[in-house]
Amino acid sequence: MTSKRLLAVARKEVLQLRRDPRSLILAFVLPVLLTVLFGYAISWDVDNIEIAVLDQDRSKASRELLDAFRASSYFRLSAFLDDPDEIERLIDRGEVRMVLVVPPDFSRELGAGRTALLQAVVDGSDANTANIAMGYARAIAQSYSLRIAFAGSSFHPPVQAESRVWYNEELSSRNMIVPGLVAVIMMIVAAMLTSLTIAREWERGTMEQLAATPVTRIEVVLGKMLPYVGIGLFDVFSVSAIGVLLFGVPFRGSPLLLVPLSTAFLVGALGLGMFISAITRSQVLATQIAMVATYLPAFLLSGFMFDVSVMPPVLSWLTYLIPARYFLVVTRGIFLKGVGVDVLFVQGLLMIAFGAAGFAAAVSAFRKEIE
Amino acid sequence: MTPALRAEALSKRFKGESALEGVSFEVRAGELFGLVGPDGAGKSTLLRMLAGVLRPTSGDAFVFGASVARDPERVKNDIAYMSQRFGLYSDLTVAENLSFYADLYEVPRPERAPRLERLYQFSGLKPFTGRLAGKLSGGMKQKLGLSCALVHEPRLLLLDEPTFGVDPISRRDLWLMVHEMVARGVAAVVATAYLDEAERFDRLLLLHRGRILDSGTPEDLLSRVEGEILDVVSTPLREARAILARHPSVLRAAIFGDRLHVSVRSAERDRGAIEAALQSAGVSIHEVALVSPTLEDRFIEAVEKAEAA
Amino acid sequence: MSAAVTAWELSRRFGDFLAVDRVSFEVREGEIFGFLGPNGAGKTTTIKMLAGLLRPSSGEGWVAGLDIRTETAAIQSRIGYMSQLFSLYADLTVEENLAFFARLYGVTGGRRRERIDWALAMAGLEDRRRRLTGELPLGHKQRLALGSAVLHEPRILFLDEPTSGVDPLSRRSFWELIDDLATRGTTVFVTTHYMEEAEHCHRLALMNRGRLIALDSPRRLREEMKSPLLEVRTSEGLRAIEALSVLPGVLDVALFGRALHVTVEDREGAVERLQDGLRAKKVDVAGIRPIPPALEDVFVARVREAGGAIVD
Repeated sequence: MTSKRLLAVARKEVLQLRRDPRSLILAFVLPVLLTVLFGYAISWDVDNIEIAVLDQDRSKASRELLDAFRASSYFRLSAFLDDPDEIERLIDRGEVRMVLVVPPDFSRELGAGRTALLQAVVDGSDANTANIAMGYARAIAQSYSLRIAFAGSSFHPPVQAESRVWYNEELSSRNMIVPGLVAVIMMIVAAMLTSLTIAREWERGTMEQLAATPVTRIEVVLGKMLPYVGIGLFDVFSVSAIGVLLFGVPFRGSPLLLVPLSTAFLVGALGLGMFISAITRSQVLATQIAMVATYLPAFLLSGFMFDVSVMPPVLSWLTYLIPARYFLVVTRGIFLKGVGVDVLFVQGLLMIAFGAAGFAAAVSAFRKEIE
Repeated sequence: MTPALRAEALSKRFKGESALEGVSFEVRAGELFGLVGPDGAGKSTLLRMLAGVLRPTSGDAFVFGASVARDPERVKNDIAYMSQRFGLYSDLTVAENLSFYADLYEVPRPERAPRLERLYQFSGLKPFTGRLAGKLSGGMKQKLGLSCALVHEPRLLLLDEPTFGVDPISRRDLWLMVHEMVARGVAAVVATAYLDEAERFDRLLLLHRGRILDSGTPEDLLSRVEGEILDVVSTPLREARAILARHPSVLRAAIFGDRLHVSVRSAERDRGAIEAALQSAGVSIHEVALVSPTLEDRFIEAVEKAEAA
Repeated sequence: MSAAVTAWELSRRFGDFLAVDRVSFEVREGEIFGFLGPNGAGKTTTIKMLAGLLRPSSGEGWVAGLDIRTETAAIQSRIGYMSQLFSLYADLTVEENLAFFARLYGVTGGRRRERIDWALAMAGLEDRRRRLTGELPLGHKQRLALGSAVLHEPRILFLDEPTSGVDPLSRRSFWELIDDLATRGTTVFVTTHYMEEAEHCHRLALMNRGRLIALDSPRRLREEMKSPLLEVRTSEGLRAIEALSVLPGVLDVALFGRALHVTVEDREGAVERLQDGLRAKKVDVAGIRPIPPALEDVFVARVREAGGAIVD
């Protein structure tokens, strides 16, 4: 292998990239776009849930209870109903997620020392929000209950659970997403870009010409990879920067650790893309396979969207095969936990193994012969 | 002296279909060697095997002694291959393409400038060094392709239909470049479907459906044409052709624009009979002359014989 | 005799590339009209504009009396078109392809059966009707494509490079088919880059870089070539070229097969002048004689006359 030929291939790839608007958009614009979109749009934090209230009691007690709901940032009171028939209408239309109904005997029951009922009608079609809404509602009702029950006394509840959140104090889902995005975006962009490169040359006829020269397979694969490693690292940097600067995601770990591990992961992802490109020799086919082989696993099975540990056994075994899963541990570890090599040792090794395997797969799949 | 190229029973089969069968030949240094035949004859398949980008199913070829079946990478430094489809990078400029190939073949730095200068002169590409290769005209593209092939001063050129569809002026320039290389001792194997180009080769193979129909110098091939050709101008032309095609002494009668080319065994003997046949049918004869056969005549004859066999 | 096809100042631009530059001509009924020129000359673009597949950037055209800018649908039902890239379905049989195109052209019922049989006979594919089209050799594919273009008996046929890559034998029989159709009154508009095929045409238009550089019958084009042509037979081609290029009165020198074709300004004494020039440089000469120009020589001469060297 000679460096001259290797660099010649890399230089040619860069020149071509610079002149290809589609690749440039995929390489630079898409990651930024995805980060911003995910950061703003996706949030599993649920607050400002729209609710409506039907107060059939209209007493001081009911008003106090409803004030507690109004004061909470979890809910937003958007309608006061007069008629029970309106409940169905509002929920059907999706205008509110929940309707609180205070029965006409509420204050009477309270005053008589009996348990007063507060009814919450919840739109169950979004089970996630429904669950959370019910949980909050119960908590608010509970604390109101306690307040009334122990008003004026010096009673303390026997057990109080106090929680402290490590690493992501606000429990902001954004903090969870951004490190995940670094991994997912890299996997997708890397594989997408390289899945085209070898196939394109075969389809255009330039590969045949190239194959007749003394250039070696390693030189072609590595030469093509180099510019994309650069792009990938740049993307890591830009996604991280957006996360930290725009969304306030903490970065507690060492960048010097993130770079080599990212590089290894990148090489693996690029190698995978090139492997697909080399065996299909068709751009259309390569793109389709790359989507199935990288997007879907990266999104669904890496732990980015859905917690791996609560998946059914078959799927969770599958996740052990997904490289992005391990890289996610790395990114979340470095961003949120600030851990070092001692903790990420195993993942680090796996990244290196993935990189080596991807590269080897690409080189062995790439042949200089038409047949 | 070892020939630049020696092919021994080269064969290639694709999914059971034979593309090339038992092809053997030799090319010496400083020789302009032709592979002549229509689409599907196997010319591209043959050139690809010689360039080491297609593995032979059986047989072998030796390029300066190196085997393309066993050791294809070894030959690549000494050869240059120009594929049939434009194989250069249309999104790189003329200069970028040339320097890419110079890098691939590790042309030493001090040699680059003079070589590029000479290639630019040859090809007339100097004013277009900054132009994207995809935006060149067909003739210019082929000249660029040839220049990239020549940048490392190969000893064997493998050119697949370099002048296909190219304008006549660029075609002449291309051939001039090739002839100059050959005059300097480079061996060149050129595939073409144009039979009129075939006459310029030192030696050639006539290929058809993967087999060699005939081989030798153009003179050899022409001398093997069995019949003689009479150029007949007669009206109405189509009727004349119909009459002659049925005539027992006529091997073949084909329309050539406004005249007929009629193949007979002996012009001297059969000419009279032909003229008589036409006259008795009331067809007017304006001219009958003996003309020299062309390689196309040889090709057609050889194909007909092969298909009859 | 009326014009079957008329083009007037037809132009087509792709971005900033002028593919066809103000081309005007007329094709007479029953004529075989050839469009000759290298790849990229604008032949395919022109034929596509006439066949209603591409809209002209400017200019006008009429096919069978219909306007190519506004009546393309009507035109397409009246003409036969064979495109450059083989566009029949490789995974259908010969018969299935013909049946498909027959239906597209509205050839129905008993007549369809008739026309398919006729096309099969014409193309010599009767005993191959159930073969997959992709398996046929190129020459047969081209004949099949021709057959499918004439199922509806169009009066005007557009053929774009119909014999590209086909072997000489098949090419000759293909041209016989075209001749046949023309004899029966079909107007054939054909493009090709094979100079010798031009001989089959009644009239020729030479195209280069989007421009029409000549328009006449092959014979007159050759006769009217202003600069006479000489053939020099020598074994030292390259040295002869060098010696001859610098001689005054020599317009062009090119290698042609085993000999040189030399275009001179003036026929008078040309042979002697060339002989002297070559002898002075000690170039061995087997013979020099005037020869009638081939269409390629005409082409080169016209380009030169039209503006010297081809600027890219």
